[in-house]
Amino acid sequence: MSTFGSKRIVTGAHYGLRDWLVQRITAVLMALFTVALLVQFLMPGALGYEHWAGIFASQWMKTLTFVLIVSLAWHAWVGMRDIWMDYVQPVGVRLALQVFTLVWLVGCAGWAIQVLWRL
Amino acid sequence: MSDTATKTVTKSRPVFRNINAFTDLPSYRLPVAGWISILHRISGFVMFLLLPFVVWMFDKSLTSEISYDEFTNVFVAGCGYAPAWLVKLVTLGLLWSYLHHFTAGVRHLWMDATHSVSKEQGRSSAVATLAISLLLTVLLGAKLFGLY
Repeated sequence: MSTFGSKRIVTGAHYGLRDWLVQRITAVLMALFTVALLVQFLMPGALGYEHWAGIFASQWMKTLTFVLIVSLAWHAWVGMRDIWMDYVQPVGVRLALQVFTLVWLVGCAGWAIQVLWRL
Repeated sequence: MSDTATKTVTKSRPVFRNINAFTDLPSYRLPVAGWISILHRISGFVMFLLLPFVVWMFDKSLTSEISYDEFTNVFVAGCGYAPAWLVKLVTLGLLWSYLHHFTAGVRHLWMDATHSVSKEQGRSSAVATLAISLLLTVLLGAKLFGLY
């Protein structure tokens, strides 16, 4: 069997490394954000709208949250793509699910970003 | 490599096929690290599906004081056809997913950073992951259901 031609397994250079790295970098960013958010949430003061909305009021927190939203969407894309590649063999169904994943993630990210900057 | 050489190598190789989800999985005994691994995947999938719910909570809780009250009221009076306990149950699922994914993710990063790949460490860190994530889920879940 030849290792090239129409039956070739299509994988680009550094394909796996990039996804692996992206997943870890975005994971670290999200973990740090979780800690930052928790610290602010647990700051003294009554829990309520004022306190909660106050956390997201500053521009630097909005920017950080924006980075988080992008990280989350990218991280979820890599993970969901792995799931579809592992369990869904028919190419057409897999492609449809991948498109659905992208639409779902981009839609959610857009909504979240709108909420963030409307405040 | 010539064709004959590849043929002799491939012929003697055992054939591995994918396991069947219905006939093989029930009798498939996974080590703890294996459970952590598949739960990592399941929790990620759950969070992906619940993402609109998360953004909805983000939206409601931040937009205004009125919407904030609507947000908190969902956990008291329910939302549409969904009673409050169901909303709380879904939130509990989300909570567990996040805590498990987080803890198992930190384990991954720790293994990457320290090259911890021994069988013993894989097992002990998996047990620790399970213990930490379940304990935190119970603690926060009890708070969610108003037990303290």
